[in-house]
Amino acid sequence: MSFKHEIVETNAGVLLVLTMMAISVGGLVEIAPLFFIKDTTEKVDGVRPYTPLESRGRDLYVREGCYLCHSQMIRPFRDEQLRYGHYSLAAESKYDHPFQWGSKRTGPDLARVGGKYSNEWHVQHLLSPRSVVPESVMPNYPWLLETKLDISDVGDRMRALRVVGVPYSANQEEYDRNVKQFGEKVAKTLVIADAQKNLVAQAQEGNYDGDRSSVSEMDALVAYLQVLGTMVDFSKIKPEELVKFR
Amino acid sequence: MSATNQAAAEQYDYDIIKKFSIMAVVWAVVGMFVGVYIASELAWPFLNFDSPYFSFGRFRPVHTGAVIFGFGGSALFATSYYVVQRTCQTRLFAPGLATFTFWGWQAIIVMAATSYVLGYSQGREYAEMEWPIDILIEIVWVSYLAVYVGTLMRRKQAHIYVANWFYLSFILATALLHTFNNLAVPVSMFTLKSYSLFSGTQDAMTQWWYGHNAVGFFLTAAFLGMMYYFVPKHAGRPVYSYRLSIVHFWALSFMYMWVGTHHLHWTALPDWASTLGATFSIMLLLPSWGGMINGIMTLSGAWDKLRTDPIMRFMIVALSFYGMSTFEGPLMSLKDVNALSHYTDWTVGHVHSGALGWVAMISFGSLYHMIPRLWKTEMFSVKLINMHFWLATIGTLLYITAMWISGISQGLMWRAFDDFGNLQYSFVESVAAMHPFYAMRAIGGMFFLTGMLLMAYNVYQTIRQGVRAEVASARAAAATA
Repeated sequence: MSFKHEIVETNAGVLLVLTMMAISVGGLVEIAPLFFIKDTTEKVDGVRPYTPLESRGRDLYVREGCYLCHSQMIRPFRDEQLRYGHYSLAAESKYDHPFQWGSKRTGPDLARVGGKYSNEWHVQHLLSPRSVVPESVMPNYPWLLETKLDISDVGDRMRALRVVGVPYSANQEEYDRNVKQFGEKVAKTLVIADAQKNLVAQAQEGNYDGDRSSVSEMDALVAYLQVLGTMVDFSKIKPEELVKFR
Repeated sequence: MSATNQAAAEQYDYDIIKKFSIMAVVWAVVGMFVGVYIASELAWPFLNFDSPYFSFGRFRPVHTGAVIFGFGGSALFATSYYVVQRTCQTRLFAPGLATFTFWGWQAIIVMAATSYVLGYSQGREYAEMEWPIDILIEIVWVSYLAVYVGTLMRRKQAHIYVANWFYLSFILATALLHTFNNLAVPVSMFTLKSYSLFSGTQDAMTQWWYGHNAVGFFLTAAFLGMMYYFVPKHAGRPVYSYRLSIVHFWALSFMYMWVGTHHLHWTALPDWASTLGATFSIMLLLPSWGGMINGIMTLSGAWDKLRTDPIMRFMIVALSFYGMSTFEGPLMSLKDVNALSHYTDWTVGHVHSGALGWVAMISFGSLYHMIPRLWKTEMFSVKLINMHFWLATIGTLLYITAMWISGISQGLMWRAFDDFGNLQYSFVESVAAMHPFYAMRAIGGMFFLTGMLLMAYNVYQTIRQGVRAEVASARAAAATA
C-alpha cells in the first residue's frame, strides 16, 4: 500500500477534509432518508394541528421544561399499553415543533393523558401536586393560574409555525384545503386571522381553569394536556395497518 | 510596565489560557451547585419554593449548560489553546480572535442560563438555547476553528500531534451538529421564541444525533485530546502506541455519528434507524477501549506515580471511568436492555459516570497540571488535591450506585405484573420508592461539589502565589535596571 498516514499527520488541510468526511457519513445515512421515505410517518385519520389555545398551552409546556420529567412516547410493550394506552404513532407528533418525546420518566408518560382526568383535577394538581398525589415530587405551578395568558402574538406564533410546515391557513385557498383535509369545524380553528377570537372562544367554552372571566396560562396548559393522545380513534384502525410501518 | 513586556516576550500566548482556566473552575462550582440543588429538589420538592425561576424544569438546563458548556467548554478552550501552541511550538494565530472566543463564550453561558430561568427554551435537551444565542455560538465557534486551524498551519513541527486531531475533530463535529440541530424559525425578530424547522420523528432523530454526539465529540473526543497530551506529559512517558491512536481516532470519529438513534429504541422512529444505531454503538466499544488502553498503558513503567501523585491518580481513575461507561453505553444500547433502562435513572447514572468520572476528573487532572505552569509556580497544596481526589471519587460512586439501584428498580416496577396479569405498581409507588436513592444521589453530588470547592480554593491560592512571585521578580528586575 502506498498510502502513508504520515501524509495526514503532516498536512492540516488533508486532516481537516478527511475528518469532515468521516464525521459526515453517519448523519447523512440516518437522517436524510427520513425526509424522503414515505413510511416514516404513517397516514392516520384524526391528527390535526393544535388550536390556538392548545398551541399556546404547548408553548408553556416547553417553557416550564415539562419534557425533562415527562415523556410523550409510549412504547409497544404490554405494561405501557396497560398503563398509558396504545403505543404512540409517528403521525401523532407530526405537527410537534419541536417534538417532546422526552427521555426521562421522573413522572408518568403524558402522550395519552388527554381525557383521563377532569379539568378540575389538572388545575388542582398543577397548583399543588401533593394535595392530590401525596408522594409526588413535582413542583407547584401557582403562577399558571395567576398569570393572564399573553395572546397578543398568537397570530405571529401561528405564522411562524406555518412557515415550518403546520397547515394554519393564511388565505382562502389554504382554508379550503384544510376543510377538505380536516373538515370545516377544525379548519375554522386553523385560520390565522381568527386566532385570538378562536382562542378566547375555546377558553370560554372549555372553562379549563374554572374561571370564565379571563384566559389564564392555566387555561392554555390544561387545554393542551386534555388533547394529548385523543386525536386518533384507535377503534377505527386495524392493527395490521400499523404493523406495515414498524 | 515591565510585567507586560515580559509577557509579550513569552514563547506562548498564556493570557487567554489563564482566563479560560479560571472560568472553567468558576463554572464548575456554579454548575455543580445547581446540579446538587436540582437533585435535592427531586428528593425534597419543597425546594422548588413555588417560584418559576427555581423550578426543576427551568433550572435543569441551567445545570447542564453550566457544567457542559461552561465548565467543560472553558476547560476545552483552555487546554486546546495550550496544547496546540506547545505541540506546534508556535503562538496562537489571531490572538484578538482568540480573545473574542473567550468573551463570546462566557456571554453565551450567562445569556443561556438567564434565558432558561426566564422561561425561554427550545425544548431540546442540551440545545435549549434560543436562536440569538445559537447564532452567537455559531460565530464564536467559527472563530475558534479559525484560531485553531490557523495555529496548526503555522506550526514549526512537521507532524501534527495526535491530541490536535481529536481537538480538531471535536471542533468540526460540534459546528456540524450545532448548525443542523438548531434550525428554527423565530416568532418575530424581537422575541427569543422560535419553532423548530423539523417536527416529530425527523426532529427527534436530529435532536438525538446532536444529543449523543454532544457526548461523543464535546464530552469524549475533545477530552481524549486532553488525555493524549496531559497523561503522557504528566507521566513523563511517550504515548503507549502511536498506531493504536491512529486506528482509534478514525474509528471513533466515523462511528460516533451513527449511534444517536439508540436513544430512540422502541419509539416511532423507524426500526432500521435505531437498529443501525445499536449496531454502531456495540462496535464503538472497540475504539473507546482502544483509547482507554492507550491512555492507561502510557503509564507502564511509571506505575509508582499512582502512589505519590494525586494528579496522576485523577487521570488514571478518569480513564477507568471512561472504560466503564463506554462498556455500559453499548450494553444499554441493546434493545432488550434499553427496554428496561430507557426513561429511568439508569440513563442519568450512566451520563454521570461519564461526566463526573471521566470528563470532570480528566479536566481536574489536566488543570492541576497546567495551572502551576501557566502562573510559573507550584500548586499551593498537594494535600488538598489529594482530598479533592477522594471526595470526587466517593461522590461519583455514591451518585452512580444510587442511580443504578433506582433506575433498575423503576424499570422492574413499571413492568411488574401481579398474579392476575394486572400491573403490580401504580406509577407513583415507583416515585415513592425512589426517595432514598434521590437523597443518596444528592449527597453524592455534595461530596463532588465539596471537592470542587477545595479545588477552587487551591487554585485561587496558587494563582495568588504565582502573581506575588511575578511581581517580586519584576521589582527585582526593575531595581537592578
